[in-house]
Amino acid sequence: MPGEIIALSNPIGDTVKATTCYMCACRCGIRVHLKDGRIRYIEGNPDHPVNRGVLCGKGSAGIMQHYSPARLRSPLLRIGERGEGAFKEIGWDEALGIAAGWLGRIRASDPRKLAFFTGRDQSQALTGLWAKEFGTPNFSAHGGFCSVNMAAAGLYSVGGSFWEFGEPDWEHARLFLLFGVAEDHDSNPIKIGLSRLKERGARIVSVNPVRTGYSAIADEWVGLRPGTDGLFILSIIHLLLQAERVDLDFLARYTNAGWLVVRDPGGATDGLFARDADGRPLIQDRLTGSIVEAGRAGAAPRLAGEVTLADGRRAVPSFQLLAERYLDPAYAPEAVAGRCGIGPERIHRIAAEIAQAASEPVVLPHPWTDAAGVRHTEMRGRPVAMHAMRGISAHSNGFQTCRALHLLQMLLGAVDTPGSWRYKAPFPRPTPPHAPPGGKTVQPDTPLSAMPLGMPRGPEDLLVDAEGGPLRIDHAFSWEAPLGLHGLMHTVISNAHAGDPYPIDTLFLYMANMAWNSSPEPTEIGRMLADKDEKTGEHRIPHVIYADAYFSETVAYADLVLPDTTYLERFDCISLLDRPIGSAEGPADAIRQPVLKPDREVRPFQDVLIDLGGRLGLPAFVMPDGAPRYKSYADYIVHHERRPGIGPLAGWRGNGTRSGRGAPNPDQLERYIANGCFWRHELPPEAHYFKFANRDYLQAATDLGLIDKPEPITLQLYAEPLQRFRLAGLGHGSILPPPDLRERVVRYCDPLPFWYAPFEQEAVDEAAFPLSAITQRPMPMYHSWGSQNAWLRQIYDRNFLYIAPETARGLGLEDGDWVSVTSRSGRVTCPIRVMEGVNPLTVWTWNAIGKRAGAWMLSPDAPESRQGFLLNHVIATFLPERNGRRLPSSDPVTGQAAWYDVRVKIEKEASGAAETVPHPPPVRRPPGMSVPVRRAHA
Amino acid sequence: MTPAISVIFFTTASGAGYGLLALLGLLVPFGLVPATPWFGLASLVLALALVSAGLLSSTLHLGHPERAWRAVSQWRSSWLAREGLAALLTYIPALAFGAEWLLARWPDPAAAAFGVLAAAGAIVTVFCTSMIYASLRTVRQWRNAYVALNFFLLAGFTGALWLAPAAQFFNPATWFPEMLALLFGLAGLVAKIFYWRRIDRTPGASTAETATGLGHLGRVRALDAPHTEENYLMREMGFRIARKHARRLRGMAVIVGFAAPLVLSIAALTLPATPALIAAVIAALLALGGVFIERWLFFAEATHTVVLYYGRAA
Amino acid sequence: MTSLPTPRPGGKKLGLVIDLDTCVGCHACAVNCKEWNTGGHAGPLPDYDPYGPQPDGVWFNRIHTYEAGEGETGRTVHFPRSCLHCDEPACVTVCPTGASYKRAEDGIVLVNADLCIGCKLCSWACPYGAREFDEDEGVMKKCTLCIDRIYNETIPEAQRVPACVATCPAHARHFGDLGDPSSEVSELVRSRGGYDLMPEMGYRPVNKYLPPRKNTCHAPALPAPATHNASPGGNPNGSNVGERLLAWLDRALSS
Repeated sequence: MPGEIIALSNPIGDTVKATTCYMCACRCGIRVHLKDGRIRYIEGNPDHPVNRGVLCGKGSAGIMQHYSPARLRSPLLRIGERGEGAFKEIGWDEALGIAAGWLGRIRASDPRKLAFFTGRDQSQALTGLWAKEFGTPNFSAHGGFCSVNMAAAGLYSVGGSFWEFGEPDWEHARLFLLFGVAEDHDSNPIKIGLSRLKERGARIVSVNPVRTGYSAIADEWVGLRPGTDGLFILSIIHLLLQAERVDLDFLARYTNAGWLVVRDPGGATDGLFARDADGRPLIQDRLTGSIVEAGRAGAAPRLAGEVTLADGRRAVPSFQLLAERYLDPAYAPEAVAGRCGIGPERIHRIAAEIAQAASEPVVLPHPWTDAAGVRHTEMRGRPVAMHAMRGISAHSNGFQTCRALHLLQMLLGAVDTPGSWRYKAPFPRPTPPHAPPGGKTVQPDTPLSAMPLGMPRGPEDLLVDAEGGPLRIDHAFSWEAPLGLHGLMHTVISNAHAGDPYPIDTLFLYMANMAWNSSPEPTEIGRMLADKDEKTGEHRIPHVIYADAYFSETVAYADLVLPDTTYLERFDCISLLDRPIGSAEGPADAIRQPVLKPDREVRPFQDVLIDLGGRLGLPAFVMPDGAPRYKSYADYIVHHERRPGIGPLAGWRGNGTRSGRGAPNPDQLERYIANGCFWRHELPPEAHYFKFANRDYLQAATDLGLIDKPEPITLQLYAEPLQRFRLAGLGHGSILPPPDLRERVVRYCDPLPFWYAPFEQEAVDEAAFPLSAITQRPMPMYHSWGSQNAWLRQIYDRNFLYIAPETARGLGLEDGDWVSVTSRSGRVTCPIRVMEGVNPLTVWTWNAIGKRAGAWMLSPDAPESRQGFLLNHVIATFLPERNGRRLPSSDPVTGQAAWYDVRVKIEKEASGAAETVPHPPPVRRPPGMSVPVRRAHA
Repeated sequence: MTPAISVIFFTTASGAGYGLLALLGLLVPFGLVPATPWFGLASLVLALALVSAGLLSSTLHLGHPERAWRAVSQWRSSWLAREGLAALLTYIPALAFGAEWLLARWPDPAAAAFGVLAAAGAIVTVFCTSMIYASLRTVRQWRNAYVALNFFLLAGFTGALWLAPAAQFFNPATWFPEMLALLFGLAGLVAKIFYWRRIDRTPGASTAETATGLGHLGRVRALDAPHTEENYLMREMGFRIARKHARRLRGMAVIVGFAAPLVLSIAALTLPATPALIAAVIAALLALGGVFIERWLFFAEATHTVVLYYGRAA
Repeated sequence: MTSLPTPRPGGKKLGLVIDLDTCVGCHACAVNCKEWNTGGHAGPLPDYDPYGPQPDGVWFNRIHTYEAGEGETGRTVHFPRSCLHCDEPACVTVCPTGASYKRAEDGIVLVNADLCIGCKLCSWACPYGAREFDEDEGVMKKCTLCIDRIYNETIPEAQRVPACVATCPAHARHFGDLGDPSSEVSELVRSRGGYDLMPEMGYRPVNKYLPPRKNTCHAPALPAPATHNASPGGNPNGSNVGERLLAWLDRALSS
């Protein structure tokens, strides 16, 4: 027998610390094993509710992220021209002094001149508060170029959303429909769930132009043309209505299907709900025929039939408006399938499958009590679950498409029932939401009256001036994007450069790679950041402060760089006030704790923000005597109270026994650490479903501080706030859109979902630009982060443009050929790869593999810059100018960047091309940073 | 398979060396080549030098040449170990053969016995070498009987081609080695042509469908490799040679390795002593070069099943 | 010793069952494997040119993507490839030094790096590309089935499975004793039609692959609506829709 002696039971390391992953947006629990002060192994925490012990490729590569040579080492001050990348290292005192100097002057004169925008918004509760206290409305995180359509449509329809804020009932769904899901949000829960569905024999249908990732394991792949999902969904709704296969009982009980909508064409209240004197919406009681307020005990609404209101106006239940619209033959499969790029029989079949699955309810033996106090002996649900993400969202028709999907869910009665999609705590929230954004008035040295990001319910909540012009630098909450809930980060630099609506002084960015993969037209963004006013010789954007942990492409454009730590070197808080990790069974939140001490002159960005808050005297960050209120972010996490008893963390409050509400507990972080850095509160089974109308749930949610009052939440089939904007567009009221935007507001602010062609399609000649071009997220990479990771970049260090065989043949292309991809606004040169699993009118590539030469400490000849490319270069920020107005190519309701709208043409490149274009010159490396030549780490 | 120069040199040089050794061991006792001590010394030194240079070269491609001595331990299962063992063991009769030769008066039974043993060792070693390749089920171009035959015939051919000038030098009237060279050369050429026909016409049993087991879904095509840059597997086993290029090299191997040496050998038989000697030396050198090309192709044209996973045919 | 252990009836054969029906191609297994093993028994797993033009390294697990079949009915299949710990591993028998061996007690195929001379012949002998050459150390390396995890008494018993199995989010990897016909993995292989890669090679892999399941859909077509039949020729617009709705709703809600 062989003589090898194997140490079978070596301890993994000498220390193990639990914390929370940050390698994507998933927030899995991890256990970090250390050996001799270095990371030995990172594994999923088996006890953690998000990932239950599993960990994806990104999370497992956290070691190499932590030891990345691209980590910034010290605060940097620009010494050369902007964009050139010439910096000197400075100390933190000097850096913070400079920042506080610039910011203090702005705050004392015109706080709007600070534009503060963040990328990876996992501490938005803090950054938003900081912006509010500073007094600038010009704040948002990256949601505007991510998935605000999804968020807004959900919040205004069902008081929750897909994304990571809801989840399919993996244990009971029998049919699961997946729409355009990015593989980096909620990624491990979805993977765990998909395998659970498979174990149970449930069917999975994936609607996506590209068959990769989750779509690859679907039972059926529907390779829809990008931007036509809304049409596909509405056609299914058409068929379900035709066949009378919608859940009328659910609609009558839980949605506003029965609420009466005023029919008064031309009138100021046309399309609004008929309300009583107290503002309560009205219904016609089915039994008595009388018109009473919705929700009256014992009353059940009629869902069709016109009534005459007491004042003589006519009104119909919103369901009737809905049925009238979608029964129209324009939504028949035969009418829409061609546009969708699939055969009509597939729409018929999928609608039939949905109807079939919905007709066999899942019954759970959990008695529950509804909000009216009626006791139910069991929970009956529709086992049709849906999930959607950026794919349907990142279009200029994304808001209405996402609304359409929620409509389908509601019509099926498949919202938060056994077997359907479910809310994750703290959702559902009351809908339509109402939290007017702050920033209508801005005064020196004064906080805003409300958080800068809010949720308008009508024109009165918009941030517009007397002429209807925008008050925010990104034009969010203006008539260009009335529900711009997450801001329009993708327009900030262009608008600041143009001084539209006003010039700013300081652009303060946190971990948002705006000079590269986070912007459309990145070359143009770089130019604008470096651009100077010809007359004054000053930069058009006078100061740029950038905070990031790594040497991204954007660093070179900063005047002052504030280096952040890695995720293993700091405290963080995954808060119920922000983007928590709750599940359908109850709320949860989490922290990160420092696992290692930084070996560089870096500080956690949140600490820096709190320090600056103290230096600037922002009220929430100083004591009455002006001394800093918080020593650090950790101190803030424990002691900050948003409302009395409610702070960033919900667990172990008060004396350590209180959940949700309770006084700050000085030992809170220790309790979290002892529990693996997370807190979880499991609700009893009777509160697990029908949360919008479940008395036990609503009470528990109120007790925990998730909602303010235990009142039922009526799902919004018909979205009245949109009608309010539309009425303004028709000239009603005192807050009106500028004349040239009125038609647009009327058209797109439709209270019932509809489909329209994405803007780009209308902006270009379809014959000249026949193909849609989109990106997909490679599962092992998160945005641009993966390329600095010695392991992950081995998986993808170059990308290809994937194209269907017949399309390639038609263009005379073969696998491996180089092509130029041209849109109305730009051009890239890249290699192609032929694949079957892509819609023939679509080409696609992996997102954010292309890098600027030299950035991220990659060698200037790395494949990422020579053979990698970004599709961003062909995506336009704005639509062609019309009547002197430059409108973003974004969703007209929310302002979401329409990444997937772009239309291109493809031409074969002359042989010999071997380098992707554009290929900007290499960036200079910051001082003191170097790369190990051979070894990734010792 | 990526041609490994050190290994190609090894099989070429040691093949010639063992061929020469085997011929010496078998022919000298029967008086078919000169039995003079100087001829013995020179030819045996040449044979063992070729063998040893080859063996030393073969260690160059090892990750740990200093551990090469371990390579003989697993002779029960490993053709490589058997080859190593056979190579080492062959030195014993070969050296004894040489010693006896130098000291003996022919005919000498002991020398003859050592000669036959050395020849046997040489043949066994060459056979083991060939079986290293021929035993691999992963490479269809190697897994056939032609490989052993080819190694055997080419060892004899190149051995005979070296034997010829050596023998001529000491006895210009010698003709037998040339005749052997002609015989081995023609047989080797025929065997090689049959080998090429076989590998050109016999597809592998393994396909992308069997490699993945996904054939029931339809034709299997590789879409994305696990990593975007080349890895060890593809560097080591993913070598590709264009058909045109291979054809040209085959032609070159035939001309340089077979045709020219054969013509020169015939010439050597007919020319006066000195030109004959020169012709014989040139023939031997050309054959070494030609066999080197042939061995390079032996690797270059071999496809390993692992490439099936990377979207190529094997 | 590179001669294979004598097979014992009912002997343990530890291995993996990989479910191609649920693998989404996330590379979690590959990266976690790398992470575990670079600091484990077979470590380090080097990375060459990690930030340069040709990054490459030693990985014991590599994830391919294939397309099978044509068009919309075709499939994209993610395909993890690692050592199959064969019953007839020629990679072991070709080894001249005894560095490669198959363990008698559980069938795991290992390399003793101290004996390896780096001749690479084992990598030539493996049809599956499971052998990885460490150019820094000059020795061959390969999947150890996480031998320093699966028997590791310092970690909780439930986690004593290979790193790739523990970390797989889609639960596409299963670990167990394929020599025991009653084990969960053997049962999976039976019920799901688990198969061998390249059976024609005769290596008799222990690891099995589970095929993607068939796309079956049996929903009956949606029936023509009852109300529609009741009012033939009804234009689904305006008041006709209203009447139709009323009829439908009355019928549906009066029950």
